[in-house]
Amino acid sequence: MNLLEIKNLTKVYSQGGLLSRIKITAADNVSFNMKPAEIFTLAGESGCGKSTIAKMILGFETPTSGHVIHKGKKQKEIRNRKAWLEQGIQAVFQDPFGTFNPLRQVERYFFESIQNFKLADTKDAAIELINKKLSAVGLKYEDMAGRYPNEFSGGQLQRISIARSLLTDPDLLIADEPVSMVDASLRMSIVNLFKQLRDEYGVSVVYITHDLATAYYVSDRIAVMFRGNIVETGSVEKVLMEPKHPYTRLLRDSIPQADPQKKWKDTITLGELEQDEFLRAGCKFAGRCPDVMDICRQKAPEVLNVDGVQVRCHKWNGI
Amino acid sequence: MTILKTEQLRAYYVLDMMGTKKEVKAVNGIDLDIKKNEVYGIAGESGCGKSSLLKSLYGLIEPPLRHIDGKILYNINEEEVDVFSLSQEETRKLRWEYISYVPQGSMSVLNPVTRLEETYRDFLESHVPAKSKNEIFELAREHINKLGLPQKTLKAYPHQLSGGMRQRVTIALAAILKPEIIIADEPTTALDVVVQRGVVQLLKEVQNELNNTIILVTHDMGVHANIADRIGIMYAGKIVEEADTETIFGAPKHPYTRYLINSLPQFGDKSVRKSVPGSPPSLDKLPDGCSFNPRCPHAKGRCFERVPEMVEVNNGHRVACWMEN
Repeated sequence: MNLLEIKNLTKVYSQGGLLSRIKITAADNVSFNMKPAEIFTLAGESGCGKSTIAKMILGFETPTSGHVIHKGKKQKEIRNRKAWLEQGIQAVFQDPFGTFNPLRQVERYFFESIQNFKLADTKDAAIELINKKLSAVGLKYEDMAGRYPNEFSGGQLQRISIARSLLTDPDLLIADEPVSMVDASLRMSIVNLFKQLRDEYGVSVVYITHDLATAYYVSDRIAVMFRGNIVETGSVEKVLMEPKHPYTRLLRDSIPQADPQKKWKDTITLGELEQDEFLRAGCKFAGRCPDVMDICRQKAPEVLNVDGVQVRCHKWNGI
Repeated sequence: MTILKTEQLRAYYVLDMMGTKKEVKAVNGIDLDIKKNEVYGIAGESGCGKSSLLKSLYGLIEPPLRHIDGKILYNINEEEVDVFSLSQEETRKLRWEYISYVPQGSMSVLNPVTRLEETYRDFLESHVPAKSKNEIFELAREHINKLGLPQKTLKAYPHQLSGGMRQRVTIALAAILKPEIIIADEPTTALDVVVQRGVVQLLKEVQNELNNTIILVTHDMGVHANIADRIGIMYAGKIVEEADTETIFGAPKHPYTRYLINSLPQFGDKSVRKSVPGSPPSLDKLPDGCSFNPRCPHAKGRCFERVPEMVEVNNGHRVACWMEN
């Protein structure tokens, strides 16, 4: 059984004043499934709709249409956000320094969550639970007791934030850009942690990122998004090693490789305004695509199944 | 030819809080020798003193940051000039004409309530001797054109541009007076990968065009591999290793550099990568001996007693580690 099913999820935002109102489709008919104990990456540039999807899975935004189904239950049928999250969904956010109030001891957040979700009766039981969760991320309660957020490094604080989300024994973590604010030298400690949570605790992770190198390293499957559409889905090996969609290829080739032999050779032209791309008829990538054809500007491409990978591109039509 | 040189530069943040004195050793004895027409990369974790070093190089040491010791020498028309011997007015003149600065957050440099052309005028008016408004706008337009940015950006307000475009406008602004040195502090952090590539490209183009020197600070080793000619690895206020880019990536000597490079994931290779263990030391309470010893797997004996000096192990490859000494 699928742990999480996303079915035709769409979110439309209205922008602008009363007279010049335009509609931006932040997520357009997005569908994917997740199995238990799987790391699934949603990749794309800022403004591609990946965070909108995360917010809808968490219930922070109401979808315009479509369904989020977790363990067979539809989100729409569960009224209360707390009850939805109690099913086993938790979030890890981008900026660990923004997650915690700087004037509050970090441990307060743990005790508060324990109280809210009634996870322990006595303080000793609570500390035991906190210790157990912190040990999963390689820390101890003594490291944290009585300390404020500024006393930790970004990597440590992000690990604490993950430990906090583990308190309710979730089976699904939604991690929205969890490493982009963490120093490159400490990044791998977070990414390895997700692997460990998957292998030892059977936790599934939706890993949202624009860093394809860590996505390749950590995840099982990947979906690449562009302006609200998923343009390519499949196993990381297939999608990143032999990208089929021109956008996936552009994204992959733009990652600076830590190897002076593999410098960028060609120059790129940067795109037009974000808004123009959202409103474009036909394929939204047509304005920047190196392989653009006439049909791309007229008709939006359908999802095609090519070699076990779902790709949304006219290039593969009829092959 | 050397364009900028520092000799045992030290700059500390001296804090006096409730009677207790605290010294944060952000720049702790740095020797740099930066050549004309090169891209010099500085890499290191946050809190290692990179930004304080850049501020010092820019001659902008303001309290609580204090200059303790050492020299910064600019090479202006084949003549060595000690920055600390200049008057405030003289350093002001040097900024943007001799050395300019691309800061991290482009939003904080550009005035949010004026159009970009006004910002350009402000910068030009204080340096270019009396010119009419139109002449200055013409100059700015020409410059923007040459760098391949759209004309309409000059008429726009900063918030109307995307983050990548703003950063490119800031780089264009830093290059407008054809400075000998451009200092860029994390110019691509907080940008998307595709935009980042565009910004790095522009920096490289500017450098080719002006034949000048770029000092680039970022913690992204991938960016360094792509653009830098030489790299200095900074740790706890010191440069711990320095070499050309090929050597840093191909044959790193310092254990910290090795961690930095080996921790990066690569396409087509799923073998386990490890971060540098532990966390960076606090710069006001440095450990005895080598500052890296609490995190170093090879630390022993004298690593805990004495600070290693920079030694040249190969032509142009300098390392501060007891294993190489």
